[in-house]
Amino acid sequence: MTVLEQPGSHRPSPPPAWRPRTDPAPLLPDAEPYRLLGTGAELDPELLGALYRQVVKGRRYNRQATALTRQGRLAVYPSSTGQEACEVAAAMVLRERDWLFPSYRDTLAAVARGMDPAEALGLLRGDWHTGYDPYEHRVAPLSTPLATHLPHAVGLAHAARLKGDDVVALAMVGDGGTSEGDFHEALNFAAVWKTPTVFLVQNNGFAISVPLAKQTAAPSLAHKAVGYGVPGRLVDGNDAAAVHRVLSEAVDRARAGGGPTLVEAVTYRIDAHTNADDATRYRGDDEVAAWLEHDPVTLLERELADRGLLDDAMRDGARDEAEEMAARLRDRMNEDPVLDPMGLFDHVYAEKTAQLREQAAQLRAELEAENGDHGDHGDHDGQAKGDGR
Amino acid sequence: MTTATTDRSGATATTRKPATMAQALTRAMRDAMAQDPTVHVLGEDVGVLGGVFRITDGLTKEFGEDRCTDTPLAEAGILGTAVGMAMYGLRPVVEMQFDAFAYPAFEQLLSHVAKMRNRTRGKMPLPITIRVPYGGGIGGVEHHSDSSEAYYMATPGLHVVTPATVADAYGLLRAAIASDDPVVFLEPKRLYWSKADWSPEEPQAVAPIGRAEVRRRGTSATLITYGPSVPVCLEAAEAAREEGWDVEVVDLRSLVPFDDETVCASVRRTGRAVVVHEASAFGGPGGEIAARITERCFHYLQAPVLRVAGFDIPYPPPMLERRHLPGVDRVLDAVARLQWESEWTERPEAFEGGTR
Ligand SMILES: Cc1ncc(C[n+]2csc(CCOP(=O)(O)OP(=O)(O)O)c2C)c(N)n1
Repeated sequence: MTVLEQPGSHRPSPPPAWRPRTDPAPLLPDAEPYRLLGTGAELDPELLGALYRQVVKGRRYNRQATALTRQGRLAVYPSSTGQEACEVAAAMVLRERDWLFPSYRDTLAAVARGMDPAEALGLLRGDWHTGYDPYEHRVAPLSTPLATHLPHAVGLAHAARLKGDDVVALAMVGDGGTSEGDFHEALNFAAVWKTPTVFLVQNNGFAISVPLAKQTAAPSLAHKAVGYGVPGRLVDGNDAAAVHRVLSEAVDRARAGGGPTLVEAVTYRIDAHTNADDATRYRGDDEVAAWLEHDPVTLLERELADRGLLDDAMRDGARDEAEEMAARLRDRMNEDPVLDPMGLFDHVYAEKTAQLREQAAQLRAELEAENGDHGDHGDHDGQAKGDGR
Repeated sequence: MTTATTDRSGATATTRKPATMAQALTRAMRDAMAQDPTVHVLGEDVGVLGGVFRITDGLTKEFGEDRCTDTPLAEAGILGTAVGMAMYGLRPVVEMQFDAFAYPAFEQLLSHVAKMRNRTRGKMPLPITIRVPYGGGIGGVEHHSDSSEAYYMATPGLHVVTPATVADAYGLLRAAIASDDPVVFLEPKRLYWSKADWSPEEPQAVAPIGRAEVRRRGTSATLITYGPSVPVCLEAAEAAREEGWDVEVVDLRSLVPFDDETVCASVRRTGRAVVVHEASAFGGPGGEIAARITERCFHYLQAPVLRVAGFDIPYPPPMLERRHLPGVDRVLDAVARLQWESEWTERPEAFEGGTR
């Protein structure tokens, strides 16, 4: 006889509420990626024009950076060709006081946020890591370890809210990065603390060579949000207007105290993982060709043309702006950067340790022996303030 | 600790009670938080419970949940969000519940915390204090007694600090929180309940990070140690007196930066050195310290620098931990081996592999 069957026993009272109090339905993403272009939806012509100019410039930037790798001016470039709509929309939805947390593929987002294109490429050039001042444009250092910058975005947004600032942090991550533990921890912290953080996953089909199907068994990456009690949104990542709309809503919601949103933008990596990758080993040309039909630049051009907004002036204007940016980038990248080796010992700590001072003296002696150089390496005995160039 | 008590007649009497290291640590955080509104404490169970060791006791009550915050159970998340908080101008003090549970946060620690100042050329310093209760001797089961200092020491960009006295627990933690660099603050958990006549009401010195302290003067040999092994070495030094040896004890207090000056000055005076710590010997801090001494003091040395350390094994079960941890006898043994100069030359086989 079990306890329940004992004569006279009461039905055990249920334990205190333990079930999730959130109805998952409103958190679920749509079955199909959200689209605006080509749907006849009402769209602000001015915004369309701005998106077009940015996307054209972004495409040119990707082409120029890729060319620079061939000329040996960039050590490596993870191209975002095909993903320009996500990159520029991410930057455009942020206000000046907001923060962008890019991953290594997202230099274009940093440039669209206003950073000097050459400066944004410091890390990839082999110059000092990061190479820019994160506070100038409120762009965190490009993160190479996957997903590890996501908790930073959560912490920064949390701190801003504690201080009473209405700052939003938008963090970018790839489809592969969503498998990392830090992705989970960041979403969970953001959800529990309701931080004003927007997570943008660019699902570009591959993590280097591994396709999405081998990365996750989830119905979509946006579905992962539901497990954290966070809304998940699925958007066509090549539709600049749709990405802009979905991210704007997420940013507004975050700013208004509504907490984080997980946005999955479905897009495609047209180029190889980096210039060092051989993409033919893991995908066919037909797949790439199919995606080229759905190119973010083409989608915008078609929309503008359909609305009678695309004239030669607009086309030329966008192209000229892009060419000018590319020329400036080329010039800057063709300068030979001179890094002072003595700068190696700067910025390890606020003040050099005795051990670092000793090692600095050793390197200085080596340099002097090499060059017969008694040249000026600046004052590196204290803590140099500059970047040691 | 000085406490004011009121008796039935309403008269106030002041009694001075000894304070524990745990109380001094709590007090350090409390004072730092009261003085600087940007200091925030976060970690697992640090709020209502006051931490599993009660080191954050009362902070949430006094400063609110926004200043002393219970986080979800995720070490990378705790340290990762602390990075973002520091980017925005706060001074996070994070608690890792136990030494071996800090490992999930190593990615954040090594890839971001230690490097952010450097990779941004000084633009983005991270003033984060990472408190880690470490070491054995409290009968903790697996994963509760690791001495992980070698991992931290091997990572440029981190300061690594560990107090051995109640006063240093306060002073060094204040210094760590005030530091503009990330500090791994290792708390010797078996000294949490050690006591000293120490009053937080009186002005307390904030110990500079990077300075070792000679805890006991001596002439025949130097014991170089830190954290939980300091009391062991002091006891050994007392016992050594009976053998006629006058042993000096240097408490490093800071592993990074390392105080070569104090250590070498001592070894040059005594001519003999033993490094004592709980962490495993192989690849451990003792190897680095012995090498530094050899490089700088070779011509003063009367004997090789010896190490007395934990065995090169995963931390043993509590029933056997006293066999593993370097105790007074093992330290005295090493000191003895330093003194018998004739044997060094006559019977070298007696010393083969005999570093503990
Ligand atoms: C923690 C970590 N593991 C491995 C790598 C090496 N790696 C660099 S990019 C990459 C694939 C990332 O794929 P995804 O997140 O989809 O981003 P995408 O490159 O497609 O933008 C890998 C495995 C890394 N940078 N960080």
